[in-house]
Amino acid sequence: MTMAEAIGRFVPDGATVAMGTCLEPAIPFAAGHEMIRQGRRDLTLVGPISDALFDQLIGAGCVGAVRAAWIGNVSEGLGHCYRRATERGEPHPIRVYDYSNFAISLALWAAAWDVPYLPTRTLLGSDILRTNPDLQVVDGVVRVPPVRPDVTVLHVQRADAWGRAHLWGPLGISEEAGLAARGVILCCEELVEPEVILSDPNRILLPETQVVAVVHEPGGCHPSPLQGHWRRDHAAYRAYAERSRTQEGFRAWLEEWVLGLPDRRSYLERLETGALRVRVRRPSVPADYGDE
Amino acid sequence: METGTEGARYTPQELMVAAAAREIRDGELVFVGMRLPILAYGVARNTHAPRARALYELGLMRDRAPEAFLATMGDPPNVVAALWATRMSNVMALMAQGRVDLGFIGGAEVDRFGNLNTSYVGDPGRPRVKLPGSGGGADIAILSRRWITLMAHEPRRLVERVSYVTSPGHGDGSPGWRRRQGLPGGGPVAIVTTMAVLRFPEGGGEAYLDSVHPGHSVEEVRARTGWELKVADRVRTTPEPSAEELAWIRRLDPEGHWTRPA
Repeated sequence: MTMAEAIGRFVPDGATVAMGTCLEPAIPFAAGHEMIRQGRRDLTLVGPISDALFDQLIGAGCVGAVRAAWIGNVSEGLGHCYRRATERGEPHPIRVYDYSNFAISLALWAAAWDVPYLPTRTLLGSDILRTNPDLQVVDGVVRVPPVRPDVTVLHVQRADAWGRAHLWGPLGISEEAGLAARGVILCCEELVEPEVILSDPNRILLPETQVVAVVHEPGGCHPSPLQGHWRRDHAAYRAYAERSRTQEGFRAWLEEWVLGLPDRRSYLERLETGALRVRVRRPSVPADYGDE
Repeated sequence: METGTEGARYTPQELMVAAAAREIRDGELVFVGMRLPILAYGVARNTHAPRARALYELGLMRDRAPEAFLATMGDPPNVVAALWATRMSNVMALMAQGRVDLGFIGGAEVDRFGNLNTSYVGDPGRPRVKLPGSGGGADIAILSRRWITLMAHEPRRLVERVSYVTSPGHGDGSPGWRRRQGLPGGGPVAIVTTMAVLRFPEGGGEAYLDSVHPGHSVEEVRARTGWELKVADRVRTTPEPSAEELAWIRRLDPEGHWTRPA
């Protein structure tokens, strides 16, 4: 399926969408940019920290609410579109539900296990309990109710056409976000034969029954890194931080890198990708699944 | 940005990294945040704390500094030769059980009781400045056994009381505040700034000036602090970074991305 088809079919206006679940690596920027191109409105974005992608969707006017622990630009600092939306209501106001990283993970696990809440001691003494009305303290513990994404979008190293995927490196909250979601869109760097994936079932992140779409989208995570494939493009994050300081600068950036381009392929053609590709190979030793 | 000393051979950030590194004891499990603490772990691991391990919230444990510069904890070199690549909730599980000895948290604002604000300046309903939020900060503040924050020493950052407590320190400063609130971890032990090291009394309470960095004075530090800062009976001078510490800092941050700001 193409990215345009996957987003068109599975991410309607008003959807709750989890992205960036590995934290800094493997962020599905191509999927987020397609949501912007298709003019999605009133999305609820769910994530732990978001390194620039949520800021872009907020600036583009796609977002009604965020449920996240941190929204900004990890190497550069503040998220300028996030600031404009919350401080001045530009391009329109958004609703912010504050979490910590642990708390958003627990909210997704609560949805994955279908329990009314998970109790925790984290957030005791924090004003996050004051500004997020969903979190309650009962008998000295915090109750974190479920957050269920309509769709979780993951960028993975490799998948097959049946929706089985290998993801390696730090996993962040990807597993609970995928299990909790009504559907998962898999964006993959490499589309491989099922034998490749099934040769190592322990590395399969989620069951195929959770997956609603597989999109072969090489470079779909740029400028975030992907173990074995892409380095983080620090300069792109810096350029975005500088250009998004003003609404006009952000609009110009958006036109140049998202709205003025039809798809990810044309985006990559605008980049010097050579220096960003991981060159050092460090394959793991295969695990022997021998049976008899 | 050199220190107040003419011709200083290190920047304030390099001194902060060295001071933070010395807070790490050998054998400890350290919850490493972003930026300077990433370097502090690398320095400690390669000098006085060879058996310290680092934990990163996205799901990594390491026992050595990576071979290449990290702009974020998620850069691919941080995964190479990791002791564990896993999910966040597993890392948080260790911290919830009290197995993280020391955590680092970045902050925009800190108050005299060590409470941190990284969320809202002004009314949260219509903030004057929207800061990025907690990330893992609140979790580290509540669950790690002790923690340290690093920040630039400016009156707007070291404030009497933060308007929003993202990551709780010692609350209202009264004895036993954290225990009464049910917070498992011990709370902040130090604030390392560009001018000084502030510490907290055993068991909590209010920050006091413990050491002043070379080139700065007690009066200057107090003038740049947003509350009437208490001062230790004998304020020390923060030791300068050693040649070995500086060499490691410059190896881990060769272009000065974090330690030699333009």
